[in-house]
Amino acid sequence: MVYQRSWRMAFQAAFPATIPVLTGYLCLGMAYGLLMAANGYGPLWSVLMSAIGFGGSMQYAAVSILVTAFGPLQAFLLTLMVNARHMFYGLSMLERYKGLGWARFPLIYTLSDKTFSLVSTVDPPEGVGRREFFLCISLLDYSYWVGATALGGLLGSFIMFDTTGLDFALTALFVVLFLEQWKGKERRPAGAAGVACAVVSLVVFGPDNLVIPAMVMILAVLLGGRKLLCA
Amino acid sequence: MRLTPFETLGIILAVAAGTQITRWLPFWLFPENKQPPAWVTDLGKVLPAATMGLLVVYCLKDVAWSAAPHGAPELLAILAVTALHRWKGNVLLSIAGGTALYMVLVQCVFV
Repeated sequence: MVYQRSWRMAFQAAFPATIPVLTGYLCLGMAYGLLMAANGYGPLWSVLMSAIGFGGSMQYAAVSILVTAFGPLQAFLLTLMVNARHMFYGLSMLERYKGLGWARFPLIYTLSDKTFSLVSTVDPPEGVGRREFFLCISLLDYSYWVGATALGGLLGSFIMFDTTGLDFALTALFVVLFLEQWKGKERRPAGAAGVACAVVSLVVFGPDNLVIPAMVMILAVLLGGRKLLCA
Repeated sequence: MRLTPFETLGIILAVAAGTQITRWLPFWLFPENKQPPAWVTDLGKVLPAATMGLLVVYCLKDVAWSAAPHGAPELLAILAVTALHRWKGNVLLSIAGGTALYMVLVQCVFV
């Protein structure tokens, strides 16, 4: 009984936090299902990719591979590069995911950008366990993405209203989470460094190669300024 | 469908493998029973803020700043998100308001 109640409490606390992800994933997941269908890959394939691959923006990039010649190695290497940012997420979650036992497998498997932005920022309310809370968030986000992909693959073509610009929900979510981090005065220098390094990288390396140089610069700045930032 | 079902499955597994390596690597390098070095735990505290900054810029990477409308819809919508969030502090409202404004801007104003 106690066990069941703690899961219900965790779900009740986690669900509201995931609503922004629900809207964001609904748009992007449906768009992904549509895009795959437009390239001749029906809902079975788009759902399989979403369920096994679960890679968000990488799945979009993988569409370009699915429509050219068979190149699994190219797909693998491109994924490593595009998703290298996930290593940041893991590093940030070492402490928060400590001691969670078996739950670490689904938690780490589904640690996407969105899920990370929530589990790194939101704390479980009193009386709710970390394991239950983080699992609810992670599995809810995961089911939104897979469900939205299925929806896009099946029904997407019937949607009539103009969805141009709906993907801005993603940007808006990151802006809000940035503002949430910004509330902590001690985190501001790091936040500013993140923006500055990314802008420099964008200008120097261009939009397609921005991520990795930006990450290297961020690491260098944060480690270089560690004594000041973490004092 | 350009590839055969087996080839498609191969691509899916390649993408999954690449993604999972990037997700698990930090946990493999610093297992629970080993105290990670101080620089790693320090980094873990400040990385989320820096990463959110990176992701905001990443979302705006394809905006054409030099051509009309010079990123005006994006900047206006981000201003709206910030203002709404400062004012009400409601995550959902900030995102919905900013996104709605952006959709109006790109569909009706800056076409």
